[in-house]
Amino acid sequence: MRRPKKYEAGEATQYISRRAAIRKLQLSLNDFRRLCILKGVYPREPKHRRRAQKGSSEIKILYHTKDIRFLLHESIVWTLRDYKIFAKKSSRDRAIKDFRNLKRRMELFPEIKLDHIVKERYPTFIDALKDLDDCLTLLFLFSTFPSLHLIPREQSNLCRRLTIEFLHYVIASKSLRKVFISIKGYYFQAEIKGQKVTWIVPHYYPFKPQSRQEVDFKVMSIFVEFYTILLGFTNFRLFHGLNLAYPPQFPSTLLQDSADTFKDESSFVSDRIAALNFELLRTDKVQEDEEEPDIDMELLEQDGDSKRIIKMKQEAQEISRLRTLFKGLKFFINREVPREPLVILIRSFGGKVSWDASVFAGATFAENDETITHQIVDRPSLSTQYISRDYIQPQWLFDCVNQRQLLPTNDYFLGESLPPHLSPFVDSKRDSYIPPEEKALHDPSLIETHEQSEEESEEEDAAEKEEEVDQELLDAQLQLAYQQETAEYKKYGGPDGVNEDEEDLSEEDDDEEDVEEEDDDEDVDEATKRKLQEKEKMSVQSGKVHKVNKRQVHKAEVDEHRLQARMVKPRHRNLFRKLIREKQTKEKEEWLLRKKRRNIDADTKEAKKTAKREARKLAAEAAARAAKMVK
Amino acid sequence: MAKKLTIKRKVKEPEPQKEVSDSPESSDNEEEEDLLQAVKDPGEDSSDDEGIDQEYQTDSSEDLEFESDGEGNFLSRKGAGGSSADDDDESAEEEDDDEDESDADAEKSGKSKDEETATTSKSSKKSQEKPTSSKNGGASVVPARDPSKVEYADSDTSDEEDIRNTVGNIPMHWYDEYKHIGYDWDAKKIIKPPKGDQIDDFLRKIEDPNFWRTVKDPLTGQEVFLTDADIALIKRINLGRIPNEEHDEYAPWIEWFTSEVEKMPIKNVPDHKRSFLPSGSEKKTVSRMVHALKMGWMKTTEEVEREKQEKRGPKFYMLWETDTSREQMRRIHDPVSAPKRDLPGHTESYNPPPEYLFDAKEAKEWHKLKDEPHKRKLHFMPQKFKSLREVPAYSRYLRERFLRCLDLYLCPRAKRVKLNIDAEYLIPKLPSPRDLQPFPTVESLVYRGHTDLVRSVSVEPKGEYLVSGSDDKTVKIWEIATGRCIRTIETEDVVRCVAWCPNAKLSIIAVATGSRLLLVNPKVGDKLLVRKTDDLLAEAPVLDVIESERIKTAVQWTTAEPADQEKGVRVVITHFKPIRQVTWHGRGDYLATVMPEGANRSALIHQLSKRRSQIPFSKSKGLIQCVLFHPVKPCFFVATQHNIRIYDLVKQELIKKLLTNSKWISGMSIHPKGDNLLVSTYDKKMLWFDLDLSTKPYQTMRLHRNAVRSVAFHLRYPLFASGSDDQAVIVSHGMVYNDLLQNPLIVPLKKLQTHEKREEFGVLDVNWHPVQPWVFSTGADCTIRLYT
Repeated sequence: MRRPKKYEAGEATQYISRRAAIRKLQLSLNDFRRLCILKGVYPREPKHRRRAQKGSSEIKILYHTKDIRFLLHESIVWTLRDYKIFAKKSSRDRAIKDFRNLKRRMELFPEIKLDHIVKERYPTFIDALKDLDDCLTLLFLFSTFPSLHLIPREQSNLCRRLTIEFLHYVIASKSLRKVFISIKGYYFQAEIKGQKVTWIVPHYYPFKPQSRQEVDFKVMSIFVEFYTILLGFTNFRLFHGLNLAYPPQFPSTLLQDSADTFKDESSFVSDRIAALNFELLRTDKVQEDEEEPDIDMELLEQDGDSKRIIKMKQEAQEISRLRTLFKGLKFFINREVPREPLVILIRSFGGKVSWDASVFAGATFAENDETITHQIVDRPSLSTQYISRDYIQPQWLFDCVNQRQLLPTNDYFLGESLPPHLSPFVDSKRDSYIPPEEKALHDPSLIETHEQSEEESEEEDAAEKEEEVDQELLDAQLQLAYQQETAEYKKYGGPDGVNEDEEDLSEEDDDEEDVEEEDDDEDVDEATKRKLQEKEKMSVQSGKVHKVNKRQVHKAEVDEHRLQARMVKPRHRNLFRKLIREKQTKEKEEWLLRKKRRNIDADTKEAKKTAKREARKLAAEAAARAAKMVK
Repeated sequence: MAKKLTIKRKVKEPEPQKEVSDSPESSDNEEEEDLLQAVKDPGEDSSDDEGIDQEYQTDSSEDLEFESDGEGNFLSRKGAGGSSADDDDESAEEEDDDEDESDADAEKSGKSKDEETATTSKSSKKSQEKPTSSKNGGASVVPARDPSKVEYADSDTSDEEDIRNTVGNIPMHWYDEYKHIGYDWDAKKIIKPPKGDQIDDFLRKIEDPNFWRTVKDPLTGQEVFLTDADIALIKRINLGRIPNEEHDEYAPWIEWFTSEVEKMPIKNVPDHKRSFLPSGSEKKTVSRMVHALKMGWMKTTEEVEREKQEKRGPKFYMLWETDTSREQMRRIHDPVSAPKRDLPGHTESYNPPPEYLFDAKEAKEWHKLKDEPHKRKLHFMPQKFKSLREVPAYSRYLRERFLRCLDLYLCPRAKRVKLNIDAEYLIPKLPSPRDLQPFPTVESLVYRGHTDLVRSVSVEPKGEYLVSGSDDKTVKIWEIATGRCIRTIETEDVVRCVAWCPNAKLSIIAVATGSRLLLVNPKVGDKLLVRKTDDLLAEAPVLDVIESERIKTAVQWTTAEPADQEKGVRVVITHFKPIRQVTWHGRGDYLATVMPEGANRSALIHQLSKRRSQIPFSKSKGLIQCVLFHPVKPCFFVATQHNIRIYDLVKQELIKKLLTNSKWISGMSIHPKGDNLLVSTYDKKMLWFDLDLSTKPYQTMRLHRNAVRSVAFHLRYPLFASGSDDQAVIVSHGMVYNDLLQNPLIVPLKKLQTHEKREEFGVLDVNWHPVQPWVFSTGADCTIRLYT
């Protein structure tokens, strides 16, 4: 029997380095990269890197041998090879100026087909939905791109079409759940078929020329190439699930892919938003009904008292409330407000929205419409205001959605300094610190008491100050009176010394009296003590309450816990330490934040106080001046 | 070109003759000749290309001029060849033809008329010019031409005549270096006129009133006087007027091409039949195309464009039939889906609560880590904006998306089980210490008196007295209840170990000081017992067995000297090396000593009743640390640095070897039932061995933070204690069940930390009260402490 050599079996044969993979597939590195991106093949982390790399310890990119074998059977590989051939032949034609042949060849350009890859990478529709996050984020980014060297206009146009379609689905299905304005962009989270899909729409205008080291658009473009196909198929299925026609039919005036829209960036964007403001064509001609009843029915049938079911019920109710959050409300968006995110928000929660028709296409009603309930404004002041509507800042909408209720608008009025915008995505497990604003959201009683207490304290402060002021005034008056008196006395009366002596004497007398009294007290005390002692001997004492030293108890508990913690199994010890360290850092962070907040609050309070005090002083001075004037 | 040139020559050659002959002719003739010659030039040029010209004529109607030119050419050539009279007639004819044929020709003739006038004016100028030039400087320059010049003085108006220099249209500076300036028709050099210096120029400027109108002809280098007419012409050109004074700009417009359609055809030739019959071949081709369109073989441009458009975009269809069904197909092996990105917290908000913003210190730190961004706590700087309007695009957005893409295709993936558990979960579920009482919880007594660290402590089997051995070379006996030192026995060396005989019927303490083992009668407690012990120790039994040399050199039994006898010392066993540890067998007859330096004789077993010593091992298996008797069985435990060996004393063989996997064993203690062994080590560990179970520790406890010096089991309660250099005594619950299937329960109960630290030593020895759940500990701070 042959003696087996090293690295001929086991982990070493399971992995293959990238170099070897490229050689095996006979592709260039670029083509291999493209293939990997399209097919979703990624390097694997071996269990024992040294063994997998046949003894070398430097870090290489390792692929699973089976993955590479899988790529070997892919039809795209042939297309990629055809590309190479095509490039060679067409360049030859160009060189010898055989343009007829070149034209003929151009028509036979080998197209890449990705449909089967979508199905292969996402066996079920749910799988596709699970992986939609990156897809949507990237497509939303690309849909805002200008025409670039590596990103043709067609691609960004397709991205734009698909993202709008997706947004239409979100609006039509009312599946938006959470929204958040971050410094990076707008986060949206929708729940589609039980899957949470989160995407980011960047703040306008995201594109900036980048160096190749920073961003390689080629790579992103390949991703987009695949993601467009994925999103297209997903959209198709989603639209059909809602009995909507696909591709969606927009009003013909909108969304013309004409040459001007390609050139004109602003009209490109405005079209895209305008499209969102219109209902889509349905295939079934039936107005949509609420779908919740069947869920409720199920719950009723189960009639469970268990917590989970109650929770589910609550959740369902909340969601149904959320779906009709803005129903019956009419919003008008002012010029300066970014429209796209707001339109999605308002429309997907049942509101009606419009904007200035003279500036952007797609407006449905004018600003002077009296039925408008809210006007969204993002500027410090507005010259003409209607009484019939609330002028609010855009954050109100976002906060309302996250709270799942219509918040009072007075904090968000025109020109008000906004309350902090909180993230709806925070996980209590991840972040232990909860800012007071969020606490107040959880139970509204907190914030009221907080405010009340502030008011009270302020009132108290004010009262104190008034008293102080009064007292100062009184003191001043008394002093004045005293001085006057003394002056008079000096004028009319004899030497002062006599009086003082008298006073002293009287004081001494008082002291003596005090001493006597004390003595008496002592006598009395002794007598009573004796009596008491006798009583003690005779009587039954009432039991004393044993005082538990809480600190000691706590210390004992901590010690006990520490001792028990030392009994962690040796194999878990490192993990335990790590967990403890994590916990400690978390606690430290929480403590830091809390401290910071406390300091900030104290500072603001102090600032308020000083401001008030100064205002009051000024008022008092003014009053005094006025009084003088009167005199 | 060469051809053309030759033609030119041919044409030119006869001219001078002709001119010579024509010289006396009238001005009318001259004019006509001029006209012909003016037209001749282009004709000559195009004569070669006539065929092509004709092609053009058939192609387009616009090029009518060419036609006329062609005719002109023809005529002119004739004229050139024939006499001037012929010319006259022909030109008249031509004019007639022009009028007949078409409007275009009419215009042409108009043009020619204009030209006529222009040329006449020119000729007049020239005629004026020539004499002046000849007058001035040109007289001697071109003598060959002189006669002709005179001839031409009046009549020479042709452009050809101007070409006196034959070099052609070349930059004249090429001749700068030569004396001549070119060649005349006779191929003779035209010599440059003498060039005066600046003073001459100046003088001429002053003297010559016509200097200002003197111009140098670049072709011949001759000076030319401009006539008044010339100057007038130049002035007109400068002013932007039409050069010809006589031309009337405001003459009434003659509309040659009218928009009115004439009723009658200009030509009387009827159209050909073909012109109004549809073409048969065209019909055929059209029908072929229509058929092709019908059959779809051919497509209109619109259709082609539309098809291209459709082809361009991807087509979507229902790819998945249902939400969850999966089609069987070859897929990637063992797929690992990429983890989703973390969702943003409050920090990322555009308007976060104020505490999330960086203060000055944090911001400074953030900026400091500019070169190592991975070390930053956050990958972005939290910012607060007053309103949504002010929020700019995030500058690193593209980069972040790109990095995500890189992660997706380049980052190695592996499945890892992420533990999502609380740290508390890892702590084994143990009963609360409160349920496991009694155990010592507080320090109740401190026995002070020693002046150096107390190495060892031992309790009387009845639990009334306590013995302690210290480095101050004394052994002290204490009353437990009061903490009073009853007796102090001074020895000659450091007391390493003391051990009270466990047999309650004897009152003997074994004291290991230096290399001597003292058997001391403490003379406390029951007097009968004391006397009985004294009697027992007084007489030495007769030895019936002859001891080997090996033992003799190692151990000598002697009765104590009178001085020692007074102190209570009864028997002295002198060893050959310092003794480290002494331990009693449960019945009190045997005791074992350990001399770590004794090599293969480091462990000794002494029998008290026979006053005999044995060396159980012939070979050293390592540095022996401590030894122990089994409480029930005839077994002997020997702990070397790393391992513990269990020997059967009867069969004299090794039963078991326990592997501690620790670096240095410090002490051990056996459970009173004899099935469990507790070992303490200097590497902070305590090992619980279940002797029935395995040779490896059942449980390893790291309760202490420093080296563990000693451990002790309680005789009655399920308790054990350990003392360590971290000054702590830890009391633990160690329950051993009678049920063999149930594992021992070990629960740490209480950490008692009252000893003080002296030179890195904390607690040196711990021992239990035989009856009560009390623990004694000795420390480096010269005290013995009792915890109850």
